[in-house]
Amino acid sequence: MENALGEPQTVVLLGGTSDIGRAIVSELLSPSTRTVVLAARRPGEVKIGDLERPGLAVDVVAFEATATGSHEAFVRDLVARHGDLDVVIVAFGQLEDQAELDADPARAAELVQVNYTGVVSVSLAVAEQFRRQGHGRLVVLSSVAGERVRKANFVYGSSKAGLDAFAQGLGDALVGSGASVLVVRPGFVHSRMTQGRAATPLATTPTAIATATARALRRGQRTVWVPSTLRPVFMVFRHLPGVVWRRLPLA
Amino acid sequence: MGERELLTGWGRTAPSSAELVTASGRETAALAAVVKELPLRGGIARGMGRSYGDPAQNGGGVVLRLRDQVVDATIDDVAAMVTVPAGVSLDELLRVLVPRGLFVPVSPGTRFVTVGGAIASDIHGKNHHLEGSFGNHVLRLSLLLADGTVTDIGPDRQPELFWATVGGMGLTGVILDATIRVLRIETSRCSVDTTRAPDLDSVLTMMAEGDRYHRYAVAWIDLTAKGARLGRSVLTRGDHATVDQLDPRDAVEPLAYEPRQVVVVPPLVPRSGVLNHLTVAAFNEFWFRKAPRRRIGQIVSIPAYFHILDAIGSWNRLYGKRGFLQYQFVVPFGEEAALRAVVERLAAAGTASFLTVLKRFGVANPGPLSFPAPGWTLALDLPAGASGLAPLLHGLDNLVLDAGGRHYLAKDAHMRPDAVRRGYPRLDEWRAVRASVDPAGVWASDQSRRLRLLAD
Repeated sequence: MENALGEPQTVVLLGGTSDIGRAIVSELLSPSTRTVVLAARRPGEVKIGDLERPGLAVDVVAFEATATGSHEAFVRDLVARHGDLDVVIVAFGQLEDQAELDADPARAAELVQVNYTGVVSVSLAVAEQFRRQGHGRLVVLSSVAGERVRKANFVYGSSKAGLDAFAQGLGDALVGSGASVLVVRPGFVHSRMTQGRAATPLATTPTAIATATARALRRGQRTVWVPSTLRPVFMVFRHLPGVVWRRLPLA
Repeated sequence: MGERELLTGWGRTAPSSAELVTASGRETAALAAVVKELPLRGGIARGMGRSYGDPAQNGGGVVLRLRDQVVDATIDDVAAMVTVPAGVSLDELLRVLVPRGLFVPVSPGTRFVTVGGAIASDIHGKNHHLEGSFGNHVLRLSLLLADGTVTDIGPDRQPELFWATVGGMGLTGVILDATIRVLRIETSRCSVDTTRAPDLDSVLTMMAEGDRYHRYAVAWIDLTAKGARLGRSVLTRGDHATVDQLDPRDAVEPLAYEPRQVVVVPPLVPRSGVLNHLTVAAFNEFWFRKAPRRRIGQIVSIPAYFHILDAIGSWNRLYGKRGFLQYQFVVPFGEEAALRAVVERLAAAGTASFLTVLKRFGVANPGPLSFPAPGWTLALDLPAGASGLAPLLHGLDNLVLDAGGRHYLAKDAHMRPDAVRRGYPRLDEWRAVRASVDPAGVWASDQSRRLRLLAD
């Protein structure tokens, strides 16, 4: 159970190797935190590293986003071992060059499976647990890429658009249940996932996202843009005529 | 059963949703039926919802809200005893007791708590140094157990279960009714002496030397004062006034009692609340200056002396959307240095506390989870959104625990399980008694889960 200071006791990170996810966990750690669960496709590659501290139990578990049939059991198993889940962060996802996906439709479908379908099924399983326990916070890592999809990464962008819409809808559905959803919309993030890619303007870092996410959780916000200036920027982008949008250098 | 509802404590932090069932403590059969049908997440009783944090919340489970009528109370004027259903509030009870020349044995800072809640939290008042806490005045009570049966307990029948229930935060069962010893009073007024103390040392000395001569004693501390004025206080000590102390006009109706709510805070308060460092500092300055340097025998009404904040309905809204926390601890006598360190840290942090109260506790009762113990207790409010609050409170927790002190569960909203283990060394004894009447852990609250009260 989260306390009045907004400090969770149990934090679950789905996407245990995600730089952003781990930065958020790090930011949420407090003397009240008892358990951190790091869930990843290949748990052997998950390092506890900087999350280690006295009195904190870190549990590394296997989680396969595309194995949607296993998600309910996965959540039930977490609860059996750790009790109530206070904060669950959905940070897993894939990014691939659009050109590669153009050439490999099956690969594109797999990316969507992870980024969208996998999030839908595990989030619904988590939401059901939140309803059972009467509280809980789901943090969903979306992206501005889904806000107005660019031709340079439209498969990825469309998966984030779907995820974003889903997470907002889930948040609405959970009003009054004691549970809530926070949608995090970062711009370009300097992280391992984007290594070697050209940064767009207003790029951010995992640490900045973590700080903004923790603040948004404390304030009970439902969406947070990082950096916050992206919100008005995308308000304009969303309404640009297609002919203009296509010609923008960043598209 | 009931409706699913989002609940918080009085501090309006950390909400959770539960199935809310409202019932009377007299509907034993209906309550027993509810208990037998409780879901896996169990149930917990709730009264007026005035505990600050999450002890009367039970996310995903059942919350049994007890509401009763004061007409169902039986008053024995001769023996000065009252038997009252648990869902009656002290407010309702006082409205019938005071005109008959009787008074509750212990009065907290608000009348809006139920008798059941008063026992489960083992509340205290300004008379603790002489008369102990609420549980000390309970002669018997009936308790609805996890198996749906009702048992009658008291200091002389099943004393272990009785004392585990006093201060037991509702985790031994649902208190249905209780017989309480009440106090005889001649008038509905109090005679109050007020003294200003320029700093912390002087207020501690004055209290240590003079408290025993007054039934009620408490000091208000200005936590916004620093330096030489650190801990400056207004000490008020009083007793129930006698008829000959009243002026002739009031003496016509010495037991007249009409507590009033002067104003209600509307639901729409700015998101960040209106209590910030500036408004609180201004209030504290005013409060200190309005107090006379020294005044003896001022006659004031019961609400004006005991329940000042009750005049403002829903005052908890003043703290805005994010709510607030109460922080109350006790440190043993001899640990004044720890008390001073806490006051210094709070003053230095500039974290505004609207009303900070200092009191000397007398002897403890046998309840393993009863809060009051001989020593100094300090209680203050803090806005939950204040920056740096979390590290400040964790630091204060350690200071208090290292000094052999502990925290009040009815006000707790932020602690860690080890703070209870260290502060309440008889926790295991309480757990054993509790488990003997509820082996499956049917009674549970958000607080019991957060603090691992039932088991590690």
